[in-house]
Amino acid sequence: SEDPKQLIQDRKEWADLEPVPQDDGPNPVVKIAYSDKFTDVYDYFRALLKNDEKSDRALLLTAEAIELNAANYTVWHYRRVLLQALEKDLREEMRYITAIIEDQPKNYQVWHHRRMVVEWLNDPSEELEFIAEILSQDAKNYHAWQHRQWVIKEYKLWDSELEYVEQLLEEDVRNNSAWNQRHYIISHTTGYSDPAILNREVQYSLKQIKKAPHNESVWNYLKGILQDLGLSSHPGLLEQILELKETHCSPYLLGFLVDIYEDFLENTLEHHEEVLSKALELCELLAREKDTIRREYWSYVGRSLQTKYGSSDSSTTTSAPGSDSGSVHQETPCSS
Amino acid sequence: MTEPTLLRDQHYQYLKKGLRHLSDAYECLDASRPWLCYWILHSLELLEEPVPTAIASDVCKFLARCQSPTGGFAGGPCQAAHLAPTYAAVNALCIIGTQEAYNIIDREKLLSFLFSVKQPDGSFVMHIGGEVDVRSTYCAASVASLTNIMTPTLFQDTPTWIVSCQNWEGGLGGVPGLEAHGGYTFCGMAAMVILGKEHMLDLKSLLRWVASRQMRYEGGFQGRCNKLVDGCYSFWQAGLLPLLHRALFKGGDSTLSLQKWMFEQQALQEYILLCCQNPAGGLLDKPGKSRDFYHTCYCLSGLSVAQHFGNMDLHHELIVGREENRLAPSHPVYNICPEKVAQAIQHFHQLPVPVPAQKEGEAPNRLS
Repeated sequence: SEDPKQLIQDRKEWADLEPVPQDDGPNPVVKIAYSDKFTDVYDYFRALLKNDEKSDRALLLTAEAIELNAANYTVWHYRRVLLQALEKDLREEMRYITAIIEDQPKNYQVWHHRRMVVEWLNDPSEELEFIAEILSQDAKNYHAWQHRQWVIKEYKLWDSELEYVEQLLEEDVRNNSAWNQRHYIISHTTGYSDPAILNREVQYSLKQIKKAPHNESVWNYLKGILQDLGLSSHPGLLEQILELKETHCSPYLLGFLVDIYEDFLENTLEHHEEVLSKALELCELLAREKDTIRREYWSYVGRSLQTKYGSSDSSTTTSAPGSDSGSVHQETPCSS
Repeated sequence: MTEPTLLRDQHYQYLKKGLRHLSDAYECLDASRPWLCYWILHSLELLEEPVPTAIASDVCKFLARCQSPTGGFAGGPCQAAHLAPTYAAVNALCIIGTQEAYNIIDREKLLSFLFSVKQPDGSFVMHIGGEVDVRSTYCAASVASLTNIMTPTLFQDTPTWIVSCQNWEGGLGGVPGLEAHGGYTFCGMAAMVILGKEHMLDLKSLLRWVASRQMRYEGGFQGRCNKLVDGCYSFWQAGLLPLLHRALFKGGDSTLSLQKWMFEQQALQEYILLCCQNPAGGLLDKPGKSRDFYHTCYCLSGLSVAQHFGNMDLHHELIVGREENRLAPSHPVYNICPEKVAQAIQHFHQLPVPVPAQKEGEAPNRLS
């Protein structure tokens, strides 16, 4: 068997194959100063591709090419063609791809390759544990979560996932990927229509808010699960939030209040002026003091609410003094 | 405190060199060389540095070698076609904007490549035997619209698929179900704008999500909720605000500002200028990280977005630091200069839309 430290060009097993150098043309651009090893391996890869060679040595070469550049999707595709043509042991391939992902977990091709092998084997039995291992090193790895959602949906492995999500949230309540997974699981299983489920989730969220009030994820989750039904429709929620405002205030809480008031305005006719005035006051407070990085946004929200829900004879503008963001009531075109 | 200064000259030297030679540290981008062309050329055009005619021609010839015989562009010569380098190659050629550049693109084969990666559910795989995610819809829509090869069926069901990527957070994930993410949200929104379907998205919740991604202390943007700031999101995230502004305006909104985007433009410029520049040239994610051409491109693109409000009819500038910090404006959908977009569209609209040889939906290419 081959000595990986030797260049391919010096290996007797490859003597019959003529390497194909890369042709960048006479005046190359973005020319990479490849190492000798890189040039060597890829010259031979190009030769294999040209001859459409399907052999064990070709498979070995794809591994070397992958090691030098795991993002070369052409090599990965060829490897898959070889695996099928040579009817290779896919369990061994699982072991291979496991090691590669451990080493380079933020690469598209490696995860896609693993998905293909799992599909060919029709065996997801290692997946949840493997992905959990990767997530234990980086709890927000996007590719890992994507693979996890695919495995769970494809093979209907929903049963233990909520428990897993709760464990992750226990470790880091600010893990937005975990909150997303929570939403994913519940939407695809029980759904949020059942009042018992919705209430459970609202209570869970409020509990997490009390533990860590400045956690944007939980506030977004609370809004996310209530917005279809309407934030103002959940009994007692406004009161609970107003209570929290005293001890656990945050820009997120204030923004949430704006959302509740807006929903109220959308869905109720009574107390319009009062509710609108509260909402506008909060937008002003956020823009001016509590969330100034979003000054332009909150000013816009205020103006929008005023325009949509303001009575026709209240013509005060809602721009903060000194700001340039006047409202547009003329027909300046903004075409492009 | 001295005024923040864009290190123009240093960035120019870094870019000029990279356009010709890259160290072996770039072996990991050997399957993304059209990207390197685009990142560097776009950075140069933002800096308003001309590309010498000879180099422009060399780029054209190189990209021609990256074009696949079956259509589309690959990451390098003799590699397989892939939507990402296809997007980058077309953009790079449009930046060059010469007849030679436009003529490189085989439009008939490009169309057949797009059909070959189209999926029955409206999505696209990135390459034959490759993965699906929302980047592919943007890459496909971008090149198809610029080169005038859009057919009635090419993007059938694509808007519905993109909409399904919008989640409970208001942003978009890479595929339905995933966490909202700046890069994917930009791709989805920009694709919808190209397809004229932006109103199918919940623009209000998208706006809330992206506005919330600006970091109150750093001034830059994070890619996802509760993650760290990164200079590249100066474009992917902040770049959504011009798109949203236009979409909301089109939808009849009369309360939009006439002068500012709905993010803190000054704070973003300060983050980029004070925290994302390498003194030897090039830009980066955050202090302590290494420079690279990807971050150079997107930090500069974000700086441009933050400096320029409006479009041809209405233009308002906010330049942090000296006037010399001013960059050229960039087109919010394609992220190349608006003149180059107009010129390319004008050129390719003189040509007829190719007749597809293969129908969409025929032999979906997902195996292997």
